Amino acid sequence: MINEMLAYFADAANWSGSAGIPARLGEHLWYSLLAVLAAAVIAFPVGVFIGHTGTGRVLLVSASNVLRALPSLGIMTLLVLLMGIGLLPPLAALVLIAIPPILAGVYAGVANVEPSVVDAARAIGMKDSRIILQVELPLALPLILGGLRGAILQVVATATIAAYVNLGGLGRYIFDGLALYDYGEVLVGAVLVTALALVLDGLLALLVKALSPARRAIAR
Amino acid sequence: MITFESVSKSYPGGTRAVTDLDLEIPTGSFTVLVGPSGCGKTTSMRMINRMVAPSSGCVRIDGQDVADIRAVTLRLGIGYVLQNAGLFPHRTVLDNVATVQRLLGLSKAQARSKAYEAMERVGLDASMATRYPAQLSGGQQQRVGVARALAADPPILLMDEPFSAVDPIVRLELQQEVQHLQSVIKKTIVMVTHDIDEALTLGDRIAVLAPGGVLHQYASPLEILTRPATEFVTSMVSKDRGFRQLSFATLEDVRATALPAPGADGLIELGALAPGWKLRLDPAELRAVWLDPSGVEFAAGPAVRRGDTVRSALDAVLASPVSAALLLNGDSVPSACVTIDDLAPYLRHGVRDPA
Amino acid sequence: MRWLLDNPGQAWALTLEHLFLSIVPTVVGVALALVLGLVFGNRPRARAVITAVASAIFTIPSLALFVVIPSIIGTQILDPLNVVIALSLYATSLLVRTVFDALDAVAPEVLNAAEALGYSRARRRVFVDLPLAVAPLAAGTRVAAVTNVSLVSVGAVIGVGGLGQLFVAGYQRNYPDQILAGIIVILVLALVLDRLIAGAARVLTPWLHHGAAPGQAPGRRRPAIGRAKVATIPVQDTANREEPK
Repeated sequence: MINEMLAYFADAANWSGSAGIPARLGEHLWYSLLAVLAAAVIAFPVGVFIGHTGTGRVLLVSASNVLRALPSLGIMTLLVLLMGIGLLPPLAALVLIAIPPILAGVYAGVANVEPSVVDAARAIGMKDSRIILQVELPLALPLILGGLRGAILQVVATATIAAYVNLGGLGRYIFDGLALYDYGEVLVGAVLVTALALVLDGLLALLVKALSPARRAIAR
Repeated sequence: MITFESVSKSYPGGTRAVTDLDLEIPTGSFTVLVGPSGCGKTTSMRMINRMVAPSSGCVRIDGQDVADIRAVTLRLGIGYVLQNAGLFPHRTVLDNVATVQRLLGLSKAQARSKAYEAMERVGLDASMATRYPAQLSGGQQQRVGVARALAADPPILLMDEPFSAVDPIVRLELQQEVQHLQSVIKKTIVMVTHDIDEALTLGDRIAVLAPGGVLHQYASPLEILTRPATEFVTSMVSKDRGFRQLSFATLEDVRATALPAPGADGLIELGALAPGWKLRLDPAELRAVWLDPSGVEFAAGPAVRRGDTVRSALDAVLASPVSAALLLNGDSVPSACVTIDDLAPYLRHGVRDPA
Repeated sequence: MRWLLDNPGQAWALTLEHLFLSIVPTVVGVALALVLGLVFGNRPRARAVITAVASAIFTIPSLALFVVIPSIIGTQILDPLNVVIALSLYATSLLVRTVFDALDAVAPEVLNAAEALGYSRARRRVFVDLPLAVAPLAAGTRVAAVTNVSLVSVGAVIGVGGLGQLFVAGYQRNYPDQILAGIIVILVLALVLDRLIAGAARVLTPWLHHGAAPGQAPGRRRPAIGRAKVATIPVQDTANREEPK
């Protein structure tokens, strides 16, 4: 199997065209980017609201763990059956899967800001919008970025399944290979998506470190 | 007897925590190691139960080098009270106190009955037994810490800043209780503190350590106050030093001023003591009131007894509107008062060091 | 939902298979993580290696791991063992960090006290460190169990997926009701497992459920409650990184 995989990688034909590795990688990243952006647009304000006001906290906390049980394969196949073939249904599924980690990160980041700091901000005359923008969000940044990182990795992993509902991306190799009993090609997909996840994880880890306030303070 | 024989401790990088320390801690004494942070006081104390190993020199208990005793065995025989109590959050008060007995192999029931005894000794109500540490106040936790250290009745008790994390009122209460406890149980207590006041109040031997773990003086509290051996010791005790010396003399020999006899109205005219002022005694209710010339009443502050210190008497005198504190005799009835003039000899000459 | 009512027997069989495929790896994960954590907890170098490997494993997408395992250990690609091993690896990777963090979180004065009172290292590990790690470990186990319940279904595309087979079958037959039934049962399973573990943890940690000190001002307690709630949402980067795919 491994030799077949290596042969696949070595064949120049597999590196060009619409089914080539760069094209599949591009598709994979494109789906992921769209899904994470859409999820962030939805989850960010909600997370800030719940974290700042405490309204809906109980609901969020009790739902958060069970939400991670949402089976991505089920959501994706269901949405495709209900909404038809195309980019939108799998994308909607990816968005749904990216929301919980972002929401949890933003909420926890804002809610975990030391109450005395918020008190102090209010005492010196900051209004709520200012407290959120200038106090809570900067302090929440590490947890927000952590949530975002989790969401990105989850979406990149889940995007592999989009190929099951006839989309592109790196998952194509796995499903095409499974259908043809070509396990070399299956491995190609698995190795590529794993490499992508590991590289992204490393880059995001560096980014989170670079942007965390405490880290900057130490560097200074 | 705990003996430090030229003990040094240095860390990689050259930091010296303890420098050539020689110390003899007599059995049954209450010895306090005092000094600023970084003076190696805690490090030194932790060598006694092998929580820290000396770089050179040795620590002996009754002649035996502690390095030759298995660490766990050694520690089971030495009580230890920590700054923040260090209670096990997952065990009830009772099981916390029973910890050492359990480690020594007693059955749960036996260990618990011993634990109840220890709780009682430190003034913890039995109703506390089933609580968890998180349900206790800081002072109560510290009491549990003391009970736990004493439960197995070890001959030696080590205390690491035991009262520094509680509020001043509770601290005073705990200090008094430990003093009282020690008068009953007569352990060899070694305590570490950065608070020279606490050291002078509790210790009967005080070792003053300077940064780097250098011993500057090892003596009785009075000697430390009256004859500080070095500049460093002087600086440690300089605050309120003169005032504090008054703690070492009592009113046994004070020349008190007798109170005039009460008049027909039951009031005592103070006369020259405080012209125009009167004193009304109400022995039935143990109350005394000063009356100024226009008849305004001032509750008399704390009264003093013969056994009290000159320091507390001076405080009472200064707090009194007539600069006099009532002196109680045996049956709690004031027969005389102590004035600023009565205390003057102590203030003028200081207290003579009996040593 | 009609599908469920029409096919109770098949639904029950798939549910049992699903439970087996998610619980076994969770138990393996807890056991392995505890052993690794207690043995290597205070050996910084081993710990760094374990943490790095665990984090890398956790980043591997599940479908990729499912199909790579056969080429590593020589099983058939449709063998249920692949799923069990993959999910055990995830659970261990997630929980070993939890165990490390939980051991680190034991207050230094408690460790200090244990040492001073005469606990040997092994004894302390078992009677002090372990009980104090139960609560965070349970929180981690809830995440691992729920994640596993979700991930098992991905196995359906390689023929081993418990209730996930409803997704494959429903998709192929264009029968949304069957897929919906699978999603609902999976969510219910996750909820039940989550509550069961939380309940067990509560029973095991009575000291955490007795309210605060009587003398503590209510004003000081509020933020603590807020934070405790937050702590149940795993916000650590690894915790969010299970990838149901």
